[in-house]
Amino acid sequence: MKIFYHIGRYFILLSRVFSKPEKSIIYRNRFFEEVNSLGIGSLGIVAIISVFMGAVITIQAAFGFESPWIPLYAVGLATRDSIVLEFSPAIVSLILAGKVGSSIAGEIGTMRVTEQIDAMEIMGVNSAAYLILPKILAFMFILPFLIIISMFLAMIGGLVFGVLTGAVTPHQFLYGIQYDFRPYNVFYALVKVVVFAFIITSVSSYHGYYTKGGALEVGRSSTKAVVYSSIVLLFFDLLLTQLLLA
Amino acid sequence: MIEAINLNKSFGNKQVLKNFSFKFEKGKPNLIIGESGTGKSVLLKSMVGLLELDSGEVLYSGRDFLKMNFKEKKLIRKEIGMLFQGGALFDSMTIEENVVFPLSLFTDKSAEEKRERANSCLQRVNLENVNKLYPSEISGGMKKRVAIARAISMEPEYLFCDEPNSGLDPKTSILIDELINDLTYELNITTIVITHDMNSVLEIGDHIAFLYKGEKCWEGNKQEILHTDNKELNDFVYATKFLRNFKDKLK
Repeated sequence: MKIFYHIGRYFILLSRVFSKPEKSIIYRNRFFEEVNSLGIGSLGIVAIISVFMGAVITIQAAFGFESPWIPLYAVGLATRDSIVLEFSPAIVSLILAGKVGSSIAGEIGTMRVTEQIDAMEIMGVNSAAYLILPKILAFMFILPFLIIISMFLAMIGGLVFGVLTGAVTPHQFLYGIQYDFRPYNVFYALVKVVVFAFIITSVSSYHGYYTKGGALEVGRSSTKAVVYSSIVLLFFDLLLTQLLLA
Repeated sequence: MIEAINLNKSFGNKQVLKNFSFKFEKGKPNLIIGESGTGKSVLLKSMVGLLELDSGEVLYSGRDFLKMNFKEKKLIRKEIGMLFQGGALFDSMTIEENVVFPLSLFTDKSAEEKRERANSCLQRVNLENVNKLYPSEISGGMKKRVAIARAISMEPEYLFCDEPNSGLDPKTSILIDELINDLTYELNITTIVITHDMNSVLEIGDHIAFLYKGEKCWEGNKQEILHTDNKELNDFVYATKFLRNFKDKLK
């Protein structure tokens, strides 16, 4: 039954988050700060993971397509579809749920236990909106760009390592990633990503905002933020895939 | 003036505040004293709406805070300044940004005007050349002073101080007490100070309520507190051997 309590409290928090801001210019500045912190700050890890995962997917695809009946360009095609449909939007988002989610819950949770949120409330500031709204909007804005970069780098990684290991030729790989390309798949991926960005930031903020206690509880909130945002993300991954692809 | 009438607050089966009533006088430091765990901080947080009371009335110049809706409470909070036990400075902001923060959200002042106001508040609490530092780079006493500067930046009507001396050495404690006292008279504000520090009581205790197990069991001032017959208060005031000897000498 406790799950209904949390769901109810989550939506009450969201209603406060999306209420009218005190001063829009302050929120605009906070939005750009969060774009920098949550988005640009994640570029490095996204790039590293994407390059290596792209390489691994390519080598695995080549390993699976050893039959003479399957043309080698199928390696590029399989790599592209794996990356666009699932790896970049879902797996990178899951990894970012760990990085960004724990950071958000830790930051807001620490502010809660050190009475900084109380201080805002006493001043008459809507602390939920001030702290959470810019994070949600900034991540929903920047994550699609990160994912597009991730897709691009994963394919570069696949190409480079595929060629270096002799699994595929550059021409076959490039032909494969262009073969039967459907722009709708990218649209589907980006729709998923925007929803995932909302889930990661709002669920993590919820756990941080209602932290009680001290340092130990801040740590627990960060862990819960990652676990629950990952579970909700996977559920919505399935739901959106069924809605948009089936 | 703030008037608390029959305030009750429980956590589960434990009643923390029992029919607490008190008139907090305007232009004076009003002290709530008592042992740790008697409900002082709960009282303070309930009065500003950070905790929800079970029953009672909190009247800010006749306006019942507990009956107000969210918007009305937000408005009245602009008249409130609060000094938290740990300072509660925003650690991602510089000292100047901390003081400017409420001004940026609730006034139309230009950046220059806000900076001037922040500087004058920081100067008032005897802090200079700290504007660009972060809270982690200053001492505990300085943090308290920055928190006071932030609390007075919006020219509040009411100032709430939750154990302003906790964690400070006696000399710095006295400085903070004097500052709170001076600002109260200077700005003619209603100040409520929660403390269990007897130095503070004797320094700025012009109007005192003693809280014992959630109930107000004594009311008076710093002169009267030394000669009270109230057993619980006597145990609190003369808790140390040194003070008990002092009392005997007074007799």
